[in-house]
Amino acid sequence: MAGICVLAKVENGTPTRSTLELLGGAHKLAAGLQEPVSACLLGQTEAASLYGYGVETVYRVDSPLLNAYQADLHLLALERVAQAAEPRVVLLPADSLGRDLSARLAFRLQAGIVTEVIDIDVQASEKSLRFIRQAYGGKAVAMIVPKAFPIVATLKPRTFDPAARSDEKSGTEVPVEAPLDAAQARTRLVERVQEETTGVKLEDASVVISGGRGLGGPEGFDFLVELARTLKGAVGASRAATDAGWVPSSMQVGQTGKTVSPDLYIAVGISGATQHVAGISGAKTIVAINSDPEASIFKVAHLGIVGDYKSVLPPLIAKCRELVGG
Amino acid sequence: MRIVVCLKQIIDPELPSSQFKIDPESKRQRPNGHPLVISPYDENALEVALQLREQTAGHVTALSVGPSAAVSALRKGLAMGADEAALISDSALEGSGPFGIAAALAQGIQKLGPPDLVLCGCESGDWADRVVGPIVAETLGIPCITYVARVERQNAQVRAQRVVEDGHEIWEVAPPVVLTVLSHESNVPRYPKVKDIMAASRRPIPTWSLSDIGLDTGRVGDEISRVALEELSVPTRESRCEFLEGEPEEQVATLITKLREKKVV
Repeated sequence: MAGICVLAKVENGTPTRSTLELLGGAHKLAAGLQEPVSACLLGQTEAASLYGYGVETVYRVDSPLLNAYQADLHLLALERVAQAAEPRVVLLPADSLGRDLSARLAFRLQAGIVTEVIDIDVQASEKSLRFIRQAYGGKAVAMIVPKAFPIVATLKPRTFDPAARSDEKSGTEVPVEAPLDAAQARTRLVERVQEETTGVKLEDASVVISGGRGLGGPEGFDFLVELARTLKGAVGASRAATDAGWVPSSMQVGQTGKTVSPDLYIAVGISGATQHVAGISGAKTIVAINSDPEASIFKVAHLGIVGDYKSVLPPLIAKCRELVGG
Repeated sequence: MRIVVCLKQIIDPELPSSQFKIDPESKRQRPNGHPLVISPYDENALEVALQLREQTAGHVTALSVGPSAAVSALRKGLAMGADEAALISDSALEGSGPFGIAAALAQGIQKLGPPDLVLCGCESGDWADRVVGPIVAETLGIPCITYVARVERQNAQVRAQRVVEDGHEIWEVAPPVVLTVLSHESNVPRYPKVKDIMAASRRPIPTWSLSDIGLDTGRVGDEISRVALEELSVPTRESRCEFLEGEPEEQVATLITKLREKKVV
């Protein structure tokens, strides 16, 4: 048993951002453990682009049944790859895919599991390996050590730097046989609804403006959308706002929702529960606008405005427009 | 339709950070007499179960693994409307990671009789491993759908709306199935009525030991865990917030100046 294997995804001939982040984490592990990095590729996509990111071997299950996501079939294929590659550590993204597959894969491989990893500390051998993750909604930080291998770990999106590209163009592709049958899929996708995002994606935005319970209703988000449009940013929300149905769940920023790491994060009417703050720890500058001077959001903000957002946002939007215009 | 909802009792996660203390011995949060609550998403899971029962008839059981104090979480479950409740409690369970807890839940679910649906919160309010629900599914040998916002019965099938990064998916599955539930406007937990709280306080709640459910102690506890918690600490975070004074126009003007200095606008 040796090496680090990442569950990779290649779209339009390039590894996805989330795959590059996994490879970033994998190389950190590989450097400490002195072991190679491999990738698991499921479905009919091209492996070649992965070699340029330090992947030595690509284990591929080439089946049309894996082109679209279905948990049971993906798990069966992943299990086969893990049996063929015998990695010490399997890395998956801590997103909807990894949250669906990681625990069940660990169960099947009789592996240990560490989820939502935000950092990896490894000096010389597997004995020094530590996974770091948040606990108690971000109020605490836990250091977790393996007692045995293999380990399945999920890496929190937007916390690891994407792997850098090299000139390497070749590597070894190992085809892995997985006897898949459509009848093994116990769940069936009926419909996929993509929410329209106008402009930049929340996870990619360099400016994010989020609203919470303090907005008092869905209308408050109109101001945020306007400000986001002016600053070419994206709009997010706290769980309170998505739970109230003011905006869709996909806009949620926080432990359960998305992790964002913009240059500028503006929290409007957000109390600052740790569950929300856990999703913005990568933000460089945090501005909080809240009518309650005691709100916890001010404990993490760099700049704070105590006041009613309805009287603060209109002049802010106007000022920003001037800036952009001039 | 037989529905089992797994409830975990935790220390109120809404407690302010200033009151959060770690016990270095157990490497866990110090209880310090703080209120104990049902882990938030587990309440959403119970709400989904109750709504399904209202639509299609059925039987809802609240099941928990924990110390004897966890009976109060189950009482709240009964007060909200669960038909029955059971607690799995055994000193051998102490130090169990998610695999041990899931093994106990799965065994308890089998003792209750074959379920149609098993509902769990998508993550707990304390550790948020997001592991227990899927492992219960694996142990029972049934499918699992994670991060479900709402559930609908469609003849013999169940349709689940799963929230993903850029929207949602509708998955269809024939029961039995484990669903892990996310909070959503459609599943805001109901408040129990006073008379239901009173009634629930008189209801017997069986407590099962591992031998009652027929689970070997070798399947639970710290021993079976393949990872160990080496350290738990509170990150130091000094408050550095600079408050901008004045009327809104002045506040905004200062803000813009500061943001331009930082080159973020």
